[in-house]
Parts: sequence; structure tokens; C-alpha cells
Amino acid sequence: MSKDVMELNDVTVRFAGDSGDGMQLTGSQFTNTTALVGNDLSTLPDYPAEIRAPAGTTYGVSGFQLHFSSNDIHTPGDQPDILVAMNPAALKVNLKDLKQSSTIIINVNSFDAKSLKLAHYENNPLEDGTLNGYNVVQVPLSNLTSTALEDSGLSAKEIARSKNFFALGMMYWLYSRPIEPTVDWIHKKFKNNEPIAKANEKALMAGYYFGENTELFTTRYQVEPAELPKGTYRNVTGNEALALGFVTASVKSKLPLFLGSYPITPASDILHELSKHKNFGVRTFQAEDEIAAVSAAIGAAFTGALAITTTSGPGVALKTEAIGLGVMTELPIVIIDVQRGGPSTGLPTKTEQSDLLQVMYGRNGEAPVVVLAANTPADCFNLALEASRIAIKYMVPVILLTDGYLANGSEPWKIPEPDSIPNIEVKFRTEKEGFHPYVRDENLSRPWAVPGTPGLEHRIGGLEKANITGDVSYDPQNHEFMVRLRAQKVKNVENDIPELEVTGDEDAELLVIGWGGTYGAITEAINKARKKGIKVAQAHLRYINPLPKNTGDVLKKYKHILCPELNMGQLSKIIASEYAISVEPYNKIQGLPFRSSEIETKIESILLGGK
Amino acid sequence: MADNGTKVLKNTAKDFSSGQDVRWCPGCGDYSILAQTQRTAPDLGIDIEKFVWISGIGCAARFPYYMNTYGMHGIHGRAPAIATGVKVNNPELSVWVASGDGDLLSIGGNHFIHACRRNIGLKILLFNNRIYGLTKGQYSPTSEKGKITKSTPFGSVDYPFNPLSLAVGAGASFVARALDRDPKHLQAMLKRAGEHKGTAFIEVYQNCNIFNDGAFEILTDKTTRDDNVIYLEHNKPMIFGKEKNKGIKLDGLNPVVVDIAEGKNSVNDLWVHDEFDKNSFRSHIISQFTEMENFPTPVGVLRQEHKSTYEDDLHLQLQEAKKTKGEGDLRKLLFSGNMWDVN
Repeated sequence: MSKDVMELNDVTVRFAGDSGDGMQLTGSQFTNTTALVGNDLSTLPDYPAEIRAPAGTTYGVSGFQLHFSSNDIHTPGDQPDILVAMNPAALKVNLKDLKQSSTIIINVNSFDAKSLKLAHYENNPLEDGTLNGYNVVQVPLSNLTSTALEDSGLSAKEIARSKNFFALGMMYWLYSRPIEPTVDWIHKKFKNNEPIAKANEKALMAGYYFGENTELFTTRYQVEPAELPKGTYRNVTGNEALALGFVTASVKSKLPLFLGSYPITPASDILHELSKHKNFGVRTFQAEDEIAAVSAAIGAAFTGALAITTTSGPGVALKTEAIGLGVMTELPIVIIDVQRGGPSTGLPTKTEQSDLLQVMYGRNGEAPVVVLAANTPADCFNLALEASRIAIKYMVPVILLTDGYLANGSEPWKIPEPDSIPNIEVKFRTEKEGFHPYVRDENLSRPWAVPGTPGLEHRIGGLEKANITGDVSYDPQNHEFMVRLRAQKVKNVENDIPELEVTGDEDAELLVIGWGGTYGAITEAINKARKKGIKVAQAHLRYINPLPKNTGDVLKKYKHILCPELNMGQLSKIIASEYAISVEPYNKIQGLPFRSSEIETKIESILLGGK
Repeated sequence: MADNGTKVLKNTAKDFSSGQDVRWCPGCGDYSILAQTQRTAPDLGIDIEKFVWISGIGCAARFPYYMNTYGMHGIHGRAPAIATGVKVNNPELSVWVASGDGDLLSIGGNHFIHACRRNIGLKILLFNNRIYGLTKGQYSPTSEKGKITKSTPFGSVDYPFNPLSLAVGAGASFVARALDRDPKHLQAMLKRAGEHKGTAFIEVYQNCNIFNDGAFEILTDKTTRDDNVIYLEHNKPMIFGKEKNKGIKLDGLNPVVVDIAEGKNSVNDLWVHDEFDKNSFRSHIISQFTEMENFPTPVGVLRQEHKSTYEDDLHLQLQEAKKTKGEGDLRKLLFSGNMWDVN
């Protein structure tokens, strides 16, 4: 049966099911295949904090959204064009995010009385008109999988687990994707369990052929490859890119990489990734707590390692005092804060940008550090290198902010040629002549003299030190001098970073300024607004302390400045206090990233008035 | 350089002194610990630049400033954690931690037990004066129950830690105790700790003459010490007393103090101390003498064990990984996984 093939530019799909339904796996397989097809893409996994919430409940629903396109895209998509709902709870949780024209593929076998009740549906939504207007495709997914695998010799429970592969196969057919990459993956993944491997492959094929043969689908879709810059690509999450960035920084600085870390969501994957790369000499130390993790990093930095610690907001709070020790001892350490919803335990698996003021100011005493924030999952690679470079050059702690959205989200990454990445210069002090632990170079950095170097034995510590000699000093003038010196040292970094770039319309009256992970949503919003003829400009901060030198000049040019943030207006506060410029905050604090349409609407309301 | 071209290692105690003015209170037991450390260090045959002293906060934590070695005066309780980073990154260093009872057992208790558990090669000295000195006289986690201090005017209601028991329980591979007022023995303990591979813990009873004067007097005063202290020596029966007439016998799992001069028990009946006892519960029993009525306080090496260290195992993994996967190749790492070309 031949079917129509419709060309699309841009599709957003969401897979949703129970935590045990394998939705993250399904989503990431669809992503990998889509990357290989050559589409631009962006992903948003959304999973509960519970590892295995009771089956069938709404709080156990796990989702994976993927936006892919033949164009350059920046976000995982505002609203899904198509939802695959494996059970009633998945439908219930995700329905509110759909457009009226969306397609919903439903595993109709899971809509029994028990599952409906668990999802708190009083009536069956397939029958009571709840789904009127949507394009609903009811597929007996569980039964079809069982039929396909009836000769597999597997138990009913094992067979049920393969139904996500059936769904994946069906989606591959629907969006004209090849199934071979997933078949290869299945055989690699389950190489020690051939019956399971075969069953998953068979379920995948069955789903694919079901798509071809069923009359439920009259059309299949095609999304042409995107026109990306020439090069070799792979898909990376922010956490992966960050880990690769630090291994690269270790190679480029010829320093051993030391990671002190305590497991915390959503940062743990960095620890997992780095612990694989021991052949690069990477020392991963899973500490007894957050404080030990950063303290060990300080100890390692003292001995000449590229020392980092990875955590999330609550962990930063615990590391605070030790970061102050890093400031005082002027040692190069990088603290990675993968931000999540707060305060306290907050929303561990959800994203937020609410640690900015914590990392800027949340320490006792005057304790400035360099603060950087990654823009996109792939940018985590660049900023890992940049954070390492600055920490080493200026002998200063650097805090690198990412967030849950960047950490778990993914996008195609044009892999850089290692030779094109500059080396990171390291100057270990060895000459005795003129050595003092707090003598300064042209950047105000003190020498890095590591234990084991003969003749340079010295003591550092948290007590205030006399400049140059490094002796403990309680002298009032010296203290003020040193406080100002440490601040100046951080400020000097502004001479060593790119200026703030403005894109968009030159004659715009409105500038949208953001930082970190909101880059994609803001960019997409601005692109859409400009297509409508609205004049608007964009600037996005990756360096927050110090700010790029021209930041004030850029901001002063605009009549309106909009600052969207996933917090209560933390960058807005910093801008107001630095430049006495008031910006219009636009805040969302739902544990979710911005939709580009939300920002677009806001832009329109400022420029066109009204809503 | 010596004639044969090898480096002459022998430094003197003076070489280990930073020359900084020592600012402990006159009469403080810390002076003795510093002096014995500076005297012992040259005997370890380690280049001076390979020593690193790490401390936290408290009176004891000033120690690194007085040693002419690399050092870091860290933050409260975190010395074992900082020292762990030092040792892991460079296992060739001789890494020492100077800490007090509040620093190591209260705010830093977690780091202490985990350092012991990992058997990381740190020499951890606990300056135990059973009081908070630098904050001027509050009770500590080793203060005796009922202790009257500034923060416990009606007596403390806390039970104290027994640091030796804690270290044994946490798996430290070298556990010893010494007294600030027995310099020769303290030197011997420092030397042995310095030579040990793995976590070496020494509890030093240290007199704070300002806030807890005389806390250990019964153990150090000439007239009382022999009847109240037992010096543990490997392969030697446990004998103590002014007349060397008392000993400790192990009756099943119960230790008993016996008089070997009375004729009922001979020296052959006594418990022979075995530093390498495979059963740590017997080490635990010895550590408990400290609190047992009519028992002498044990000092000396309570136990030691040869087992692989955290840093050696970690670096072995790095070497193994290089052997099996080959030296890290950045291009291979970046260009891996599912890739595609855009032309």
C-alpha cells in the first residue's frame, strides 16, 4: 500500500509513558537516528524525581520531547505536534501542552479501568469527548507487541517491556527514519542477552511495518536534512559536552584532571562520564559529601591539578565556605553548578536559573569569583575550556553555571578538530630567586608553586595574608588592600574575554538580554518576531562576572530592555546595581524552560502595546 | 651532593622550622608535639619539599605555619578532605594532618572516618586536649560526661568519643596513641606513622594548660603514670605498674587486670600484644581499656595492617586503563559515538 509522503520543515514529538516504559531510551534512540539523518535537533527529557513511582500514576510519568527540523533550530519546541501516550496517566499529564491540531498516538490497551483510575480519570477520555479536535490514533500497542513476540519464548512481562520498541518502530516509519541505527544499538546493548535483543528488534520491525500497513496512517512525513555548517557532527547533552570539555582542557593544559564530586541530580552524569576516561589520567574522587568534594579539589589544585568539582544548587550552598578558601588561597578551581529548581531540595529534576545570586554573592566576606554561564548543551564544551583557562591564568576559583535543561537536553555538535583548540598555558614556579607565595604577575596572579618543588616550601591558608610575602597579617591597611586586590584580579578578566555581541535589528528599540540556558528560547522568539517585521535586538551573556566591558554601553542604547529569566529577576538585579539601568524582568519559575512563544508574546506586548 | 652523586637527605630539626614566631600559649602541649615532629622528620629520609602539612581550624591547626614545608591552613574540619586531594593527585608526597578534637571529631568527623575507611596515605595527628581552646573553653567531643565548661555550666550531658575505637572501627590501618609529655615515645610513634603506608592515626594526649589543665596528669605525672599507663609493644606481654607487677590477661573476650607477683598468674598467662592482629575486635577491646575502671590507658601502636591504599589503587586503575585502552587520544575521544558528516 503506497501512502502519501508529506514534506515538513519542523516537527516536535513527545514520547510519554510510565517511568518503567523506557521513554528516555525511546526518545534518545529517536534522537540519535534523527541526528544521523542530518536534521538539526534539540531535546528535552522530562522525568520524575522518583526512580520508580507506582506504575500508572501521574507522578510516575516520564517524557522525552524532541524538536527536529530542516532548518536551524534552537529549542526543543514549544508544543508537541505529536504525542505518543503509553498510558492514561501520560495522556493526562501531557494533554495540556498540546495544540488543538496535534496528533496523539495512544496505546489503547492500557486504557483499562484500573489504569484510568490510577490516572484519576472518572471517564474514559477516549470516549467522553476530552480529545475532540485532536487527531487521535488509537493503536493496540501492547497487543500488537505480544502478537509479534508470541514465539519469542519470553515471559509476558518481558514481552510487555518491548512495547516501546514497537512504538519507536512506528514513529520511525511515520517520520521516514531508518531503523538500522537502533537495530545496531539493540544488539550492542543486549549482547549478553540474545533473546531480549531479538525480541526488541522484532518489536521495532513490527512497529515499522505496522505503520506501513495500517490504515490508521494515511500519510507519512519527511523532514529533509538541515543545512548546517560543514563538518562532522555528533549529538551531545550538556553534561557530556562539559565532561569532554574538561578532558580537553586537561590535555590542552597538560595537567591531570581531578574531579571531586558527590552525586547530585542533575550533575551526576558528569561524574559518570569523567570516570570513564581514566586513560586520560582523569582522577575522579567520589567524596563523602559536597564539602569534601570541593576541599579535595582545593588540595589537588594546590598540587598542580586541573581541579574541578561538579554539583547543583544545594551542593554549592555546602561548598560555599571552601570556595572562600579557594578565593583566599588563590588557587585555580572550577566549580560547576548544574542549576535545578530550588530552594532547599526544591525540584531536583527540573530546571531553573535561580543560583545566579548565590554564586555571585553567597559567601562570607568579600569573596569575588569568576562566573560563566553556558548557552546551549554544546556550549558547555567551550565554557569548560574557558573556565579552566581563566582559573589557571588568574589563579582564581571559577564558577560555571549550566542548568538541568542544558545538562540533559541535547543538540548536534560540530566536533572541533583538537589541533584547532589553543593550548592552555601553565606556568609552574620553579625558580627560587625572588619567590614569595603572594608575589604578583601582570594579571595580579600569584605564582603556582606546587609541593615537591625544592626550595619553594611555603604555607597558604584561609587567614588574611600580607601581599607578596604571604605571611599571616592582621594589619588593617593590608586587609583592605588585599580585598581590593582580589576584586581587581577578577575584574581584570574583562580584558581577556569577548565583548558582548548584539544581533538582530540595528535600529531596534528593544533589546532582549538573557544569560545561560534561555538562549535557545530567546533566539527563536526573536527570529519569529523579526519575521513578523518587529524590530528587536538580542544580547546573551556567557560571562557574568566580570561582565563584558561594553555591557553598559550596549544597554544604554535601548529604550526598552527585556530580561527573561527562570528566576525572580536575578540578572535584572545585577544589571540594575551595576549600571543603574532598569530592565523589564520577565520571570518564569515553574521548573520548565521558556517556550519561545511566551517570550515572543512579551516582545509584542512591549512594542505593540497590549497583549 | 655526596661524592657518589646521590643527594644527601639528612636534614636537621632546624631545617623543618619555618622560623615563624610560635604563638601557642606558653606551657601548651603543642610545643612538644612540634618539637618532636621537627626532630623526627629528618629521620624519615624524605626530601623536605615532599612534605605537606594540612590543617583545619583550632590551636593545633596553626601547626603548618611552623613547619618549613609546604602547607595549608584550611577551614574547620576539612583538613582530611583537603589532604585527600593532595595525596590522590600526587601520591609521592608525605601528607600530614594536624588537627584537634573539635576539628577532627566534631565538625570534621565525617572526613576523618572516610579517610580511615579509604586507607588513604595520610598521617593524621589528633591533638586531643578534650576541650575547645581557640574558642576559649567549650566542651569537645572527647570531654568527659559531666564536664563543666563555659557552654556546660551544669555539666555536659554528652558521652565522649574514644578516638582509638573510632579509628579502629573506621578501618584505619595504623592506630596509635602518644603523650605530649613523653617525647621519646612520641618521636617513635611519629616515625612509625611516617613510615606507614595508608592512613596512620596518632592520638596525642595534649595538655591545654589554660582551659583544661591537668587533664592527663595522672598519665604523665611521675608518681602516678606507671600504674595508669600501659605501653603497648608488639609481641610483648601487656605489663604495667610501678613494680612491673601488673598485667592484662584475656579471659575469653574479657580483659582482666592481674597481679603477676602474687603467684596465681605468671607472665606467660598475659595477653601478648599483636599489632597485626587480624581480628580488629581485639584491638577494639584494648582501646576500651581507656574508659574501663582500674585499667591502664593504652599508649603505643594499637594496631596496624598492610593493605592497599586508596591512592595506589586509583593510580593502578589509571595505568590499567592506559594499558587496555591506550594513552588518551583526544581526537578519538571527541570523534566518537554516532557521528555524521555535513558536506
